[in-house]
Amino acid sequence: MSYIVKPRFHHPGLKKNDLGYTRRDYEGTLTTLCGGCGHDSISAAIIHAVHDMSLAPHKIAKVSGIGCSSKIPSYFLDRSHGFNSVHGRMPSIATGANLANRELYYIGVSGDGDTASIGLGQFCHIVRRRINMLYIVANNGTYGLTKGQLSATADVGSKTKSGEESQYDNIDLVSLAIDLGASFVGRSFSGDKDQLVPLIQAGLSHRGFAFIDVVSPCVTFNNTPFSAHGYKNTWENNVVLSEIDFVPMRKEITTRYSAGKEKEITLHDGSVIHLHKTSSSYDPYDRENALHHVNEYKKRGKIATGLLYINQSQSDLHELADTADKPFNRLNEHDLCPGGDVLQDINETFM
Amino acid sequence: MSKRKTGRSTRTLSGVNNFVVKFANVNGSGSASANNLFAKAIFRMGVPVSPHNIFPSNIQGLPTWYEVRVNDKGYLGRRDGVDLMIAVNEQTISRDIESVLPDGYVLYDSSKALRPIRNDVNYLPIPLKDICLREFEHPGQRQLFQNIVYVGALAAFLSIDFEILTSMVSQQFRGKEKLILPNVHAMELGYQYAKDNFECPLPIRLKASRKAKGKILMDGNTAIGLGCVYGGATVASWYPLTPSTSVVDAYGKYCKRLRIDPGTGKKKFSIVQAEDELAAIGIAIGAGWNGARAFTASSGPGVSLMQEFLGLAYFAEVPVVLFNIQRVGPSTGMPTRTQQGDLLSCAFASHGDTRHILLIPSTPKECFEFAASSFDIADRLQTPVIVMSDLELGMNDHVSDPLEWDDARKYDRGKVLTAEDLEEIEDYGRYLDVDGDGIPWRTYPGVHPEKGSYFTRGSSHDTMAAYTEDGNIYAENMDRLASKFAGSVQYLPQPEIVSEGSKRGMIYFGTTASAIPEVHDKLAKQGIALDTMRIRSFPFHEEVSRFIDEHELVYVIEQNRDAQMKSLLKIECNATDEKMHSILSYNGVVTSADCIESAILEDLSEMSKQASA
Repeated sequence: MSYIVKPRFHHPGLKKNDLGYTRRDYEGTLTTLCGGCGHDSISAAIIHAVHDMSLAPHKIAKVSGIGCSSKIPSYFLDRSHGFNSVHGRMPSIATGANLANRELYYIGVSGDGDTASIGLGQFCHIVRRRINMLYIVANNGTYGLTKGQLSATADVGSKTKSGEESQYDNIDLVSLAIDLGASFVGRSFSGDKDQLVPLIQAGLSHRGFAFIDVVSPCVTFNNTPFSAHGYKNTWENNVVLSEIDFVPMRKEITTRYSAGKEKEITLHDGSVIHLHKTSSSYDPYDRENALHHVNEYKKRGKIATGLLYINQSQSDLHELADTADKPFNRLNEHDLCPGGDVLQDINETFM
Repeated sequence: MSKRKTGRSTRTLSGVNNFVVKFANVNGSGSASANNLFAKAIFRMGVPVSPHNIFPSNIQGLPTWYEVRVNDKGYLGRRDGVDLMIAVNEQTISRDIESVLPDGYVLYDSSKALRPIRNDVNYLPIPLKDICLREFEHPGQRQLFQNIVYVGALAAFLSIDFEILTSMVSQQFRGKEKLILPNVHAMELGYQYAKDNFECPLPIRLKASRKAKGKILMDGNTAIGLGCVYGGATVASWYPLTPSTSVVDAYGKYCKRLRIDPGTGKKKFSIVQAEDELAAIGIAIGAGWNGARAFTASSGPGVSLMQEFLGLAYFAEVPVVLFNIQRVGPSTGMPTRTQQGDLLSCAFASHGDTRHILLIPSTPKECFEFAASSFDIADRLQTPVIVMSDLELGMNDHVSDPLEWDDARKYDRGKVLTAEDLEEIEDYGRYLDVDGDGIPWRTYPGVHPEKGSYFTRGSSHDTMAAYTEDGNIYAENMDRLASKFAGSVQYLPQPEIVSEGSKRGMIYFGTTASAIPEVHDKLAKQGIALDTMRIRSFPFHEEVSRFIDEHELVYVIEQNRDAQMKSLLKIECNATDEKMHSILSYNGVVTSADCIESAILEDLSEMSKQASA
């Protein structure tokens, strides 16, 4: 339905951010997803998050693969460039784009088919390569566009609308990301905007590879009482490991929390997150501890959510590769071409 | 001590600056650098030389050959038949001796007795192993220096300037002075043994010349790597694959020298070794979309994996450069042998109606030029450019004119709108054909706060880049892409035509070029005149059809089984099988003048038989 033009008018009293933009300035085209699709809530959360951070929309680039999830970059940030690439290959597009211009924010949106099946290899390797980006998986445990096949993230025993039951162990993208060295890993639920928005904000402010697995129910094909990724199961079994509040850079910190389970984390761009742990044994700075908690809850049929792991000391690909500060796409022949005299010297080494 | 005659044959082959020497070695035994030393020394004497590596897909222990043709006339294609064989691989020695021309020469290691299998060749026995056991302590040196000893012996047999050899060794081991003396000593041992025991030089021998003066001896992959540095590539993504690996190696080597910012020490380049070829081309496309010049290098199996992404870059109009260093297919094929077998699969790579720009270099100089200009062409046309080299050109040294760069040359970044441009534009549409040449204007992400953004997609889109399933809009877009492609020839290298007004002609491309001057001259001597045309790019220039039209018959010479270039010509130039006869070779080694000449002669006699019948 993208041929239906979205009306542009808005309430004159809509709140403006530091750049003078309202949320409408961060929207995209009209969604073509099913009514009630979790993915639309993710779009809304992204719009909310970047607006409130006062990020300039044109300084963000959106990349995606193929599938219902990968359509959603159309539905937010119209003023950002977007690239809807091929199935499972968004990580390579993101890698190249990031190499070409290190100054933009990159938001990758993928799905469970796109990331956990056809693109599993690319996902593993973008984690290893430490691209500075926010990678969101809209995870519904099913293939929506091809009408409801089980995906590789569907839990054993989970049933789709057609009654097909998942028989294979599922791939847990959060554990995988932590294990492979992602430096920011969170999980949330599309229905929990209060949790998802600050996670997106923190992920964007984090320098390095930030991954958020968002359980996002497919209302059409995988939302039965027996669907692990359905609304019912997610509401009932969501265990919040950590709650975070995000305070953007430049904003005054007004809230004060009780000591003990609180952590104040200053991110690379100066923003601050207040992390409230719900379990005293859990340590989001410790990889093994975080993995242990995620796995323990999984064994009990629970879904651990929140900011699950963070490592602020890791360098990103540009730092590792020691690339120039000036973005590659702004370098010209003066910066890049060694010239005729040098070539003459090179010729002589082959004479 | 009386000198032995060279062997059993009563006659000897002779020829100054005109012979073929072949080395039969075991791979991983250190022979490659010794053999290179031999070829380069001849080149430094000013004599045209063409070395070929014929090597296995293996690290150590299998047979490998190095064939060097020396020809003062500058005929540098392969020539069948071996004048002098360095037969030092016991696994293949019988077969190697069989391949020597009657009255030719066989140098072998006489530390072990050889059962002579032919009486019509001349033997040059040298106890390589015994000499090295006697002279060197270190086990590694005892093995390695056997190769250097035979190079020394060849200097005596063929009159290679010994000074050149020693200066090359000094150059090679600059900074590791301890290695110079034993290497020179090993060469002297071989040289002296040959002088003492045989009549030197042989009737085949070298004489200093000026024919190769001012030229360079370089492999095509090094030239491509350098071309990428000069052409402004900043992102290289790749997956290791023979025979393309050395393209990225060379790019990295020269970038480390030429692309480090002197002030900050930071790199103005990046190389990503991707997880596979799908990611390799994806990374290059992502970088190209975002305004950096990016490339990947691969060969058949990798290029097959890139198909889906090539279609995306064609349809979404993203510049990207792919170097295809072709090897023998299908499938794994013969990974270390050469072929021109990917022409059709690259011209039409990916599903749906797709077409791609192909550039086909023949020399290291063209590898450099085409690599550098491929980025201009990709940016100008906003589409993939595939440079079709092959293993023969990429991994062997070739005598070439020196590389050239005009300092006044500017990069052509194509139609890119700046923030200032966008201020002047009311309704920017990514795929609007504003100029009527089928090439739309693009913007880089982040260019302007409110204007110029668009959504790139592989799904059908309208002129404003919005998704559409309207069949007419889809068809209009496909037609625009076709017109863009048709107009692209003005940016592509023209065919090289040599015409003497003959009735018949030869069409060739790529590495077949090395054989053509010799074929032409050999046939001319027999009264058969042939005009020639070397195709250097696809889509074809008008001159290509005209050349076919203006000749009664053209031979299309190519190195594959299925006559892929002829198929392309049939599709594009309306030419028929009657008019185009194929000369094909696909045995994994580059074609030779002898092979082409005999095929043409056979075809001509067949035709005259048919005419008289």
